[in-house]
Amino acid sequence: MAHLICEVVYRGIFQKNLASRITRGIVLSARKAGRWGIAFGRYGDSPQRNGIPAKDFAIVADSKEELEQHMARYEPKELHVTICVDDTLGKGVESWAWYGLQPINRLLLPDGHLLVTSTQSPDDLLKDIHTKDSPYHLWILPGKASFGGLWVYKEDHTEVRILGALAKIAPQFLSIDAVSEAIREAEWGSDLKVDSARKAYERIESRPVRITEGNPETPYAFELPRWWEMREGVTIPSLPIGKPIEGTKGYRPERSTVFKKFSTRTMRPVIDFDTCVKCTLCWLQCPDSCFDVMPDGLYDANMESCCGCGVCEAVCPVHNCITMVNEAAFEDNASQWEMWRRDKDAYKVWLTEKIQDKVHVARSHGFRYRGQYEEELASGSDLGGRPVTEGIPGENAEEKGLPSTVHVHESASIVTGIPEAPGA
Amino acid sequence: MAVATRPAPAAAVLEEKEMLISGSEAVAEALTLADIDVVTAYPIRPYDTVMQAIAKKIANGKLVAEYIVAEGEHSQFEIVKHASTVGARVFCGSSGVGWMYAMEAITVTPALRVPMIALVGNRALDDPGAFGVEHNDALSVRDLGWLLCWIDTSQEAFDTTLIAYRVAEDRRIFLPIAISADGAFLTHSQSLTRVPPKEWVDTFLPPYRRGDLLLHPDNPITVAPQVNEDWVIEIRRQNNAATERAYTVIEEAYADFRRIFGRGPENPWFEEYMTEDAEIILMGMGTLSLPVKVAIRKMREDGKKVGLIRLRWFRPFPHEQLTRALRRAKAIGVIDRDYSFGSPFGSGVVATEVRAALYNAEHRPPLIGFICGLGGREVTLEDVYKLTDICYAAAKAGRAERGTYWLGVRE
Ligand code: SF4
Ligand code: SF4
Repeated sequence: MAHLICEVVYRGIFQKNLASRITRGIVLSARKAGRWGIAFGRYGDSPQRNGIPAKDFAIVADSKEELEQHMARYEPKELHVTICVDDTLGKGVESWAWYGLQPINRLLLPDGHLLVTSTQSPDDLLKDIHTKDSPYHLWILPGKASFGGLWVYKEDHTEVRILGALAKIAPQFLSIDAVSEAIREAEWGSDLKVDSARKAYERIESRPVRITEGNPETPYAFELPRWWEMREGVTIPSLPIGKPIEGTKGYRPERSTVFKKFSTRTMRPVIDFDTCVKCTLCWLQCPDSCFDVMPDGLYDANMESCCGCGVCEAVCPVHNCITMVNEAAFEDNASQWEMWRRDKDAYKVWLTEKIQDKVHVARSHGFRYRGQYEEELASGSDLGGRPVTEGIPGENAEEKGLPSTVHVHESASIVTGIPEAPGA
Repeated sequence: MAVATRPAPAAAVLEEKEMLISGSEAVAEALTLADIDVVTAYPIRPYDTVMQAIAKKIANGKLVAEYIVAEGEHSQFEIVKHASTVGARVFCGSSGVGWMYAMEAITVTPALRVPMIALVGNRALDDPGAFGVEHNDALSVRDLGWLLCWIDTSQEAFDTTLIAYRVAEDRRIFLPIAISADGAFLTHSQSLTRVPPKEWVDTFLPPYRRGDLLLHPDNPITVAPQVNEDWVIEIRRQNNAATERAYTVIEEAYADFRRIFGRGPENPWFEEYMTEDAEIILMGMGTLSLPVKVAIRKMREDGKKVGLIRLRWFRPFPHEQLTRALRRAKAIGVIDRDYSFGSPFGSGVVATEVRAALYNAEHRPPLIGFICGLGGREVTLEDVYKLTDICYAAAKAGRAERGTYWLGVRE
């Protein structure tokens, strides 16, 4: 009697195909040793949409009966392994909306394993990941968050590298040979991918996490109403209108206390208040009414409400006034405007650093030309795809050949990766 | 079939292969082997997983079929309905309110004797916007002339899809069939599934021949003319006769399926689990069988004799077979993943039907309805223990204290 339960926490749409390949790979690999398994996805509010946290699961067991025991619930409540394919999800997820914030390690059994794809160090990751009342193991698969799973799968080998790492974590269920065989046979497999998996298997290492380590904040939660407490007719009260700030000079809209949106965010806007011309466009266009009107007429984006859509960056008419930066570069949701008001020079330094942080700014969107992965294997760089900031080679650019033809443009948009027009 | 422009590529293997696929993908596998001709698509979760899987089949050259993206569910069902009248083997489906949006087209289909197969990825009926499983969407066609069944596993999804074509396209029937699949639990869960070679499927499933009802220049007929009050009751009577014949045709189809594929249930109507000596028989449809079976195994360890009947076919309703199977029970607990507000005893739909079926039976054990797992909420082992206890109490008293209990509600 033995079983293994894994979840994959991923960003809806961007990583949907990636997550399902990982869970399928787990079951197919375990099948090589005669085990039974099931791979399944669960969806909640706006699940498989842009960036919404979602989950896929894989359960493998020695016998069909044992498997059924674990399937006889909506989703697993205890896990051996959590696989997190975007390290910004390390801050917690609100996948099934309105339950509060679920720490990424919440369902892990004592001594369980948390596997994260990340370019951050364990200590940096643990600034985000909540503390847990039992020890566990943190594994980092070096690599950028793969957004290769968008619609069709753009290969960046993240799925097989995770399977290789998993063979190290749970060898009694998936031997590396079984993983290799399953990858070779899968409709998306190849020998090169087998090499990738084996490489990850050899290199991956874990670090024990003690119960004292991690983000000590208590994640927000709330009680669900009983049936007789709820209003009838599916009515919910609207939010009250907002309140003025500092006399009547500023204004802050009221926001829901039971539904925050920041766990959907992979990037957040940072605002250069010194160059803002107070045109109101960001305030008008933000789909989530994030902006507070500050007493001096500037606009401060509320980071508990911001879903990271990037609309404000797109509409702001001032060059580089709003810049979207990878969420992993931040540790809290504090007000940027307050920070700026306290110390404008220190804010400028902070802002400049954040915007230029190429490690965090970059995301992988899969390989851009044939042979790119072979090149990365040869160069020893193990980041899984070229950073999006390196730009996209235009139509047939040098037959999509060498990366040397791709310029890193200083003012490349972080959202689209497309260099802005000269003189923009 | 009459409209596909080229034959689908022949399958290369002659033996069954094992695939790791979801219930939705299993349906797509069956549709490919059944070589359907026309499929329509309009997205709604969880049904959309089926149309995605079929689109992939077509894109990869595994299936040659017309894939028509409609502008809404209503058109989707109208398109396949008409394609079927010209001899195309068709497929379509929806979920929740999408299914309801198509209701006008769905309603007029049985009278036209169109053997379309539809998949309902069961989903709660809005409002509120909810994606979890409830059975009321599919149950809304229960009185409209559709045949209606529930599946439980990817394997059953595959097998039942083939069986459904065989039954629906039988000239004695020519009625649409809705196959119900629990959203998420089945549509989004991949399990190991045996997929047979095309040759076996061809042996089981003859080509769709519409015969005298084919809409074709060589067979000049009008389909769906205006009829007035002079004809309506007769048309309904015809539909009823076809539905009656379905009892025989379904049993024949399952027997043939077993003969050709070497698997499949003896009893098409429902699955019985540990019922031979059961004092308490629990009943339900779809994937709630899983927690119920696991709970039964645990309760058996404690000496409680509990069994499960999982209904596969709901229309036609297997009342005779069911009364026989329920003969020995001391009490019956029916778990409904649906509701029927204001119905007798405030029961769910299945409980009401089973009560009606038992009315003429000699032995009528107390029957208790349980409404559970609505909107995709988990039916837990604790729920099953609790409802079994209530059934035991009723068995002891010889009568049920209440007709219906709601379980798992925040009280
Ligand atoms: S990224 Fe900008 S526009 Fe989008 S939600 Fe956040 S503040 Fe609003
Ligand atoms: S859009 Fe830009 S310039 Fe306009 S108010 Fe917002 S931050 Fe300031």
